[in-house]
Amino acid sequence: MTLDTIKHAEQTPDVQQPWAELGLKQDEYERIRTILGRRPTGAELAMYSVMWSEHCSYKSSKVHLRQFGEKAPENDALLVGIGENAGVVDVGQGYAVTFKVESHNHPSYIEPYQGAATGVGGIVRDILAMGARPVAVMDPLRFGAADHPDTKRVLPGVVAGIGGYGNCLGLPNIGGEVVFDPCYQGNPLVNALCVGVMKHEDIHLAKASGAGNKVILYGARTGGDGIGGVSVLASETFDDTKPTKRPAVQVGDPFQEKLLIECTLEIFREKLVAGIQDLGGAGLSCATSELASAGSGGMRVELDTVPLRDASLSPEEILMSESQERMCAIVEPDKVARFLEICEKWDVIATVIGEVTDGERLEIFWHGEQIVDVPPRTVAHEGPVYERPYARPEWQDALQADDANKLPRPATPAELREQVLKVVSAPNQASKSWITDQYDRFVQGNTVLAQPEDSGMVRVDEETGLGVAVATDGNGRYAKLDPYAGAQLALAEAYRNVAASGAKPLAISDCLNFGSPEDPAVMWQFAEATRGLADGCLTLGTPVTGGNVSLYNQTGDVAIHPTPVVAVLGVIDDVARRTPIGFADEGHLLYLLGDTDEEFGGSAWSQTVHDHLGGLPPKVDLERERLLAEILISASRDGMVDAAHDLSDGGLIQAVVESCLRGGKGARIVVPDGIDPFVFLLSESAGRAVVAVPRSEELRFKDMCGARGLPAVRIGVVDGDAVDVQGQFGIPLAELREAHEATIPGLLA
Amino acid sequence: MTVRVGVITFPGTLDDRDTQRAVRVAGLEAVPLWHRDKDLKQVDAVVLPGGFSYGDYLRAGAISRFSPVMESVIGQAKAGMPVLGICNGFQVLTETHLLPGAMLRNNHLHFICRDQKLRVENAETAWTRSYEQGQEINIPLKNIDGRYVADERVLDELEAEGRVVFRYRDVNPNGSLRDIAGITNEAGNVVGLMPHPEHAVEPLIGTGRTDGLGFFTSILKKLVDA
Repeated sequence: MTLDTIKHAEQTPDVQQPWAELGLKQDEYERIRTILGRRPTGAELAMYSVMWSEHCSYKSSKVHLRQFGEKAPENDALLVGIGENAGVVDVGQGYAVTFKVESHNHPSYIEPYQGAATGVGGIVRDILAMGARPVAVMDPLRFGAADHPDTKRVLPGVVAGIGGYGNCLGLPNIGGEVVFDPCYQGNPLVNALCVGVMKHEDIHLAKASGAGNKVILYGARTGGDGIGGVSVLASETFDDTKPTKRPAVQVGDPFQEKLLIECTLEIFREKLVAGIQDLGGAGLSCATSELASAGSGGMRVELDTVPLRDASLSPEEILMSESQERMCAIVEPDKVARFLEICEKWDVIATVIGEVTDGERLEIFWHGEQIVDVPPRTVAHEGPVYERPYARPEWQDALQADDANKLPRPATPAELREQVLKVVSAPNQASKSWITDQYDRFVQGNTVLAQPEDSGMVRVDEETGLGVAVATDGNGRYAKLDPYAGAQLALAEAYRNVAASGAKPLAISDCLNFGSPEDPAVMWQFAEATRGLADGCLTLGTPVTGGNVSLYNQTGDVAIHPTPVVAVLGVIDDVARRTPIGFADEGHLLYLLGDTDEEFGGSAWSQTVHDHLGGLPPKVDLERERLLAEILISASRDGMVDAAHDLSDGGLIQAVVESCLRGGKGARIVVPDGIDPFVFLLSESAGRAVVAVPRSEELRFKDMCGARGLPAVRIGVVDGDAVDVQGQFGIPLAELREAHEATIPGLLA
Repeated sequence: MTVRVGVITFPGTLDDRDTQRAVRVAGLEAVPLWHRDKDLKQVDAVVLPGGFSYGDYLRAGAISRFSPVMESVIGQAKAGMPVLGICNGFQVLTETHLLPGAMLRNNHLHFICRDQKLRVENAETAWTRSYEQGQEINIPLKNIDGRYVADERVLDELEAEGRVVFRYRDVNPNGSLRDIAGITNEAGNVVGLMPHPEHAVEPLIGTGRTDGLGFFTSILKKLVDA
């Protein structure tokens, strides 16, 4: 086969090219021809096709994502915003923290272990590329029905993949979510978050500047795995009629990644790089075009110098390969020798594959013949932008009219007791320790809080106790009922969780999981959710620092629930002041903070007891969320509360049960006058938390809430070895523990 | 006197920095040692930390055992230097035959991370003198290849000579024979165990207990007494 060089392309303008097979539309292909003034070479076509895919170009979502920038709140803490590998936030004392959540949904359905493993690997390299040491990971996961046979294939594979990769990297897994819903059958959501820490002066950016600087590819050899993986998989709806996609899933080698981390951190310490980028989706196509776009000059790459695992790979395949555990650095010529020496120390293969030029083109050569000659920005940043049509689906009104508040309620205390047990033992509310115990939460020796706490918290500085907390939340059921409110509820819950642990929320990252953008109803959900999130972030003062969009999560014409997942990062001056969820001290008084209304739309109770989804999700009051957060943080700092737990799915009783089981003590609960016990225990009104207050602090705490205008009602006391709701029912802790902890192993072990 | 404790980093070691911290928390000096370097830098004791050295490829600990630093460690261990192998470090020590037996995949086949109760069965080794005989301690356990096995003769010998140093209590988390969590050599200077004392040295971090600190203070006791 002749090599398709630039010259060859010029001479053969009418050659038929496989643009459709590579996922390009006719007008996109025509645009490439217009940009280049000729037909693209095979290598150029490969690059454009992966970089212009939905996954890499955000072509359907871009017009909506702009709001995150346009409505961004003033925030001095933001050091690096959207557009880099990950955002960076100032957490004080000279430290900066970078964090990001990403999806690896499609690969994880096809090949659960490798799909999930490489999801962790990819997000870790994003964080590393910013100059930071990765310090923790979290995984928001969603699967089909817990008792569906395929869940037993997908979930254990995903969990083993996350553990197998993350544990081997030495990154504590400190939280996340596991949610079951039939809507994720066939489209599980595997999102992965990583947090990294660095000093301000260590921030690195992905850009190639300075003519003569060398381009070094280092890490694993390039193989045939994952060719067009992320870009192809994540940009199409699953369809039974097409051949299996397994060859497009990447295979991970966590040992190689661990070496890459340590090697890269040593290279950073010696200040040897001028720019750096990890290789993830779209591999070398992405790294070279993004680095060259962000710099001042052009770039020349000798593609045949790339170390290969399979010598038969074509240049097009090398450009598209998504082989894992690779990084690309821009290094000044006099630092190259030391750079290679450090790589040798860590047994990491490193190769100079090209250099920065003073031109404006990205030029790629194969054994001396030119096969790519493009303006890099047209590949990396000037892809197509779609204004996809969107429309509120006609079924939305009927869904909202199907009011969950009108569902039959328990008629007797015995029935209430039975339904409470059902809620706390249902797969979504049950203990996830069978899953999370497969992750190392202790490594690095800085873990202050990990699941099932409200947020994961790690210490950043051993001397001062400075720490960061992260929580991720999302509720597809709420978002289905109202995507605007649903996105804000996800934000509010993660924000509340961080504050409940005693940390001050600073910034967010999001992973927006939706169905096909070609469906106007899905596009409407997406538009509403992004609008809600952008408005919410503006109100709460927490900017979006980056994240990821995952579309086409649907099988046939059935989309998943719209599932915006929000990660909130917070800072705590001294981790010694953190607030755990466990009720551990008898005699402490329980206070419910916030207002409880009748709100059962999308609730755990409506799902568990009635298998129902309808009505409206809980009301959102972000000013109230902010006040609640301030109170929780003050109470933590001043030692007024010993435990706090946010209220979300399953309402008050779920929170009380979790806190009792965590702390090993029971609680006596009194239903306040004027409220129905069922509503009191199971409603899911937002903006609430339950706290345990030592008697000595009660007055001070009550005064603070009163002065700030936050409703705070005393609802009981930590006591005994049962959860006892006076006048209603009591359930021994042993019975609760059995109900709460046996469900997941029973289904999956 | 300053007691210097070497902490080895193999490619893929994870808990080296944690172990150095634990050594410092105990008031000793931590000395990083590199797998390619035979020089033990005049340390008084050596810790082989946990992790996945060489990715646990082939078999946990099987490749690290051949690294240059291990040649020196084996020589010094036989001469009486205190050596502690934690988790992957324990696996390396069995591969070198400084300790008998081997670790297989957990009987439930999953990685497991939990707070684990242990009983101190021998409080006279170089690494356990700060504990009482029979004392129960709680430290993190995290591994996938943690099931200790050896043949009956070796197990009987270990029991008879008091060389079972730690036994799992309440729950045997991986199917280890006779609930064995950690053992020592005949001289009592080389100790290996699967759970992680270095993750239990500060009240706020990890399990919130400091039950693991005794390992590192024991070494001070041992060297001061000597």
